[in-house]
Amino acid sequence: MNARILPYVLILPVTLFLCVFFLYPFVLVAKQAFSTGACFTMENFREVTTYWKFPISMRNTLLLAAAVVPIQLALSLLMATMVTRMQKGRDLVLYIWTIPLGISDLAAGLIWLAIFEQSGFLNTMMNGLGVVDKPVNFLSYQHPGVVFLAIALAEIWRATAIMLVILVAGIGLIPKEYYEAAEVFGASPWKRFLRITLPMLRPSLQTALVLRVILAFEIFAVVAALGGTLFPVLMGETYAYQFDLLNSGAAAAMALIILAISIGFTLIILRVLRVPKGASI
Amino acid sequence: MSQASMAASVPDPQPDPDATPATNTRSAGRFLYVSGVVLLCAWVIVPIYFLMINTLSSPETVNSFPKPFFPEFDLGSLTFFAGFAGMLSALKNSVLVAGMTMVMSIVIGAPAGYALSRFEFRGKGTFRLLILLTRAFPLPLLALPLAVMFIRTGLDDTALGLALVHTTLAIPFSVLITFSLFSGIPIELEEAAWTLGCTRLTAFQKVVLPLILPGITASAIFAFVISWNEVFAAAVLTIENRTLTAFLLQNLDTSPLHLKFAGGFILVVPALIFIFAVRKYLFAMWGIANR
Repeated sequence: MNARILPYVLILPVTLFLCVFFLYPFVLVAKQAFSTGACFTMENFREVTTYWKFPISMRNTLLLAAAVVPIQLALSLLMATMVTRMQKGRDLVLYIWTIPLGISDLAAGLIWLAIFEQSGFLNTMMNGLGVVDKPVNFLSYQHPGVVFLAIALAEIWRATAIMLVILVAGIGLIPKEYYEAAEVFGASPWKRFLRITLPMLRPSLQTALVLRVILAFEIFAVVAALGGTLFPVLMGETYAYQFDLLNSGAAAAMALIILAISIGFTLIILRVLRVPKGASI
Repeated sequence: MSQASMAASVPDPQPDPDATPATNTRSAGRFLYVSGVVLLCAWVIVPIYFLMINTLSSPETVNSFPKPFFPEFDLGSLTFFAGFAGMLSALKNSVLVAGMTMVMSIVIGAPAGYALSRFEFRGKGTFRLLILLTRAFPLPLLALPLAVMFIRTGLDDTALGLALVHTTLAIPFSVLITFSLFSGIPIELEEAAWTLGCTRLTAFQKVVLPLILPGITASAIFAFVISWNEVFAAAVLTIENRTLTAFLLQNLDTSPLHLKFAGGFILVVPALIFIFAVRKYLFAMWGIANR
């Protein structure tokens, strides 16, 4: 086979697959969202946005993303810099830190449920220390703050690893000469971090943030395991429309709303962290 | 960033007899650095350890208060899990779907990875953009319209139908990982094989494939983990043939604590093993994907 046709033959399977299972469903979901029966309508959007739970679930989702993502960014940057300076045990530490990468959001929710539930480990510890006399039911409507904290902690615990992996890979691409030169000119470690690591890491920061923010808006199973109906989020409402209310038009409209928010934030991140042309390594 | 200056110096655990204030700050920094690393490791491990205590304790202990801090190695919870109606078939479905996803994402994705690393062709940029785009979309949402499409084609509630959706999730990764793996093998090796009488195909079989096989395995394992962990699409697309994640999610309100924890633990164990198996490739793959 000649070398002009071969690459197209090789990419054909993926292209076909993505057309059928990625592009086509998007057309379908848009069609479903904008129609009831046959004609074009905004009825589905009106229905979901006027539902009393909508503002709450929107606020919860955004609030959670705003609380979790900056902490994850700071934590993953800290871990990534720690690991690049490591001499002994680097592989072991990296393995431990990336374990949550393989753990599903549902399992992460259950792990933190073991800590926060009424007979769980947090209550056991607090009881042992004499802070409380009898176990407190933390994950109930009387303690909305604790429910939020538990979900946020589970998210931070689970999803920092993906940012860490991207950032460690990114730091590995920065040429060592830059640091050596900076050291010769007497730049402190903190200065080196600010003036070399952060700017050079911009493409990785971009990827990490985009991926993380999109996943933050998709939060679903962690909340289902820990908060149940106490803490409605957008994705959970979408699931409820599809399953409990059997209203796939409304579910499609919710899906498009989540998609619009994700795209909006992706564009903002790409704009804010844009890499000047020709400045990449 | 005191740990940075510390790591640059010679690691010297013995106290220095003629210690100056500077070396004192350094050993303080070293202490801070090591305890930070240890603390962050504990942050990851301790919650998993708690789940393990609950899994390896009897149902009575799991539901009692206060909790022990050591597992009693009682298989009661796990036996209950195995005996729970529908649980074992859910486990089987999970493995089946993940296995299919693994095979499909490699068979479909790897040729594209090879094409990206070896050829310059028109539309290459657009193609890469399409791949990156799929990674930047909330893909599980696609399950909603596909549920309708699958009912029409008879794929609804089947392992294959769900595996197709999970393959969409895994394919951007398998293309990018295989792209970076193939790029790591010099084309000169292949060219040498051609001059010695190999065709493109036999050169690929005899020279490239043996070198690439471990990496391909890693990428397949990654696809397996993606499918194994996926909750939303699995819950939307399966009704009778639920996967383990979908089954656990559906029964969250009704199932007792020890069932939840045992189920969670069964979800975690393969992840621990698989991440260990692919750890070498995680960073290489993201390095290339960032460019």
